[in-house]
Amino acid sequence: MSKSKSKNKLTQEHFVAPYDDSVSFDELPDAPPRSKFRFSFTGWLGLIIVCFWVTVAITGPFIAPYGENDLPFPDAYSEFQVPQPGAWLGTDVTDRDILSRLIYGAGRTIGIAFLATTLAYIIGVILGIGAAISNPKVDMVISRINDAILSLPTIMLGLVVVAAIGSSIPVLICTAGVIYASVVFRLARALGQEIMVMDFVEAARVRGEGLWWVITKEIWPNAAMPLMTDFGLRLIYVILFVSSLSFLGLGVQPPQADWGSMVRENLGALQYGTSIIPVIAPAIAIATLTVGINLIVDDVSAYSGGKLSKRL
Amino acid sequence: MLSLIIKRLGIGLITVIAVSLIIFLGTKILPGDAAQIRLGQQATAENIAAFRARLGLDQPYYMQYLSWLFGFFTGDMGTSLASDKPITELIYDRYENTLYVSSLTALIGVPISLALGIFAAMFPGSLYDRFLTMISVSLVASPEFLTATILVLIFVFGIGWGNAVVVGSIEGKGFFELYRHFAMPITTLCFVIASQLIRMSRAAVLNVMNSPYIEMAILKGVPRKRIIFRHALLNAIGPIVNVVALNLAYLVTGVIVVEVYFGYPGLATLIVQGVQTRDFVLIQGLGMLFCLTYVILMLIADIAAFASNARLRHPK
Repeated sequence: MSKSKSKNKLTQEHFVAPYDDSVSFDELPDAPPRSKFRFSFTGWLGLIIVCFWVTVAITGPFIAPYGENDLPFPDAYSEFQVPQPGAWLGTDVTDRDILSRLIYGAGRTIGIAFLATTLAYIIGVILGIGAAISNPKVDMVISRINDAILSLPTIMLGLVVVAAIGSSIPVLICTAGVIYASVVFRLARALGQEIMVMDFVEAARVRGEGLWWVITKEIWPNAAMPLMTDFGLRLIYVILFVSSLSFLGLGVQPPQADWGSMVRENLGALQYGTSIIPVIAPAIAIATLTVGINLIVDDVSAYSGGKLSKRL
Repeated sequence: MLSLIIKRLGIGLITVIAVSLIIFLGTKILPGDAAQIRLGQQATAENIAAFRARLGLDQPYYMQYLSWLFGFFTGDMGTSLASDKPITELIYDRYENTLYVSSLTALIGVPISLALGIFAAMFPGSLYDRFLTMISVSLVASPEFLTATILVLIFVFGIGWGNAVVVGSIEGKGFFELYRHFAMPITTLCFVIASQLIRMSRAAVLNVMNSPYIEMAILKGVPRKRIIFRHALLNAIGPIVNVVALNLAYLVTGVIVVEVYFGYPGLATLIVQGVQTRDFVLIQGLGMLFCLTYVILMLIADIAAFASNARLRHPK
């Protein structure tokens, strides 16, 4: 449309948008243009840290200098050896190589946490959206049960389950998944309820769009960002939960390496050890991973409105 | 107001019942029989039957549940499977350590973190505020045992205070001696709750600071100190009490890791032992005790939120 034309129209009593044949409805923007997402410095830092640990986790068995239960110095057995060529982070309470165990532990810790969070999301989102669109009575029953689970300390629930069924990696994943599904449920239900009644969803339905179109084109773009940032936060909590259980001796069982259980095994190093690396290395590994995820989440949530960054 | 509190107490009661059901059923999904586990493979069928009768396992589930719940609230939590002692006796032997550590932490940690958080809210965006936010974010995202390790490295190995494990008895010690006795666990827990408390109390005060009546006060020229202490803080008390109660509830979780880390006997190590020996009577009793504390603190948090916010009291 030309400028002079619209200027003339402005002098009318009511502004009427000029009709122009060259503009088709397909070109009309139905949402504000997307701002380009850019990581800040801390965001990049977080991304690098997380990518580093994920790479280590995936390539673990290939890059580890020793097997997770091999002794680097079978001829000179001594606990808590200081770092030296052949064992760059020293050895642990039974003289195994810390670096190798850290690398194997990365795969286990990250793998368990990721699978558990994914499980929590599958359960939570299905039940949450289901509760949001189902009838109020079903919604109330599910929500009340969920509230009861939410009102318990997570570690206590973990203890009860582990006491009942014993500890193994599948049990750990399912336990963490079910416990954290309660939090995801609440978020998904709230998001579902909020978005379902929004004008643009109603407009789309009135327009005659199918349910699938409404879900993929209207609901998902609006729910994706909050859900993705929440996935990051949940991942942090699941990592801490699984590590704490392992630290208490109730998670990943020895001789399998896992960051939480490594701290527990080597706790004696603080008292009698010549090297404190056996305790500090796995603890720092956990902290760098969780802080890295947190930095990414902060950036993403700042981009998508910044409400979620306050929730940690 | 009163009816709201009664309603909230009612919901709390339902939660407690639901929680007790979860704990009771959770320990009932044991594959295999508790009597079998306790007596071992060699036990004869009569022995197992007799043992089951003694524990009341031959009764239907709902009777077991009711008698357990009644026992719990009348102070009879049954007999430990692992040590054959009454649970109440086991708890009595150990509760002091846990109680002292958590209450001393609350006494020291809460005022300091509140002061830090409110101070940060007074100067949002300042260097101090950003520094504090950075530290507390990293603390929230790191496991309790890393915090403990770093503190041990700094205080025990760096400066030479305290001890990396808690040793000795607490018999007849005064307040300051108790604090010295539990110095490292208390400091660790203080850092753990401070990380949440600083963020949340800062957010609570900032929330009030952003309201229109504060803007009005600023515009009419009230000095900053007076705005904070006379206008903002009084309205922030409710949210802050809410935040404090929530964080004391976090202590319930934190204390488990800390007790194991510093290796002193308390209720949390007792329940971990219970899990390792599959002593389900102990887990039921102690688990219920921990969850009850947690639920009560959450209840206080909710009521504080109601009491402070008129909008929650009169929902649309």
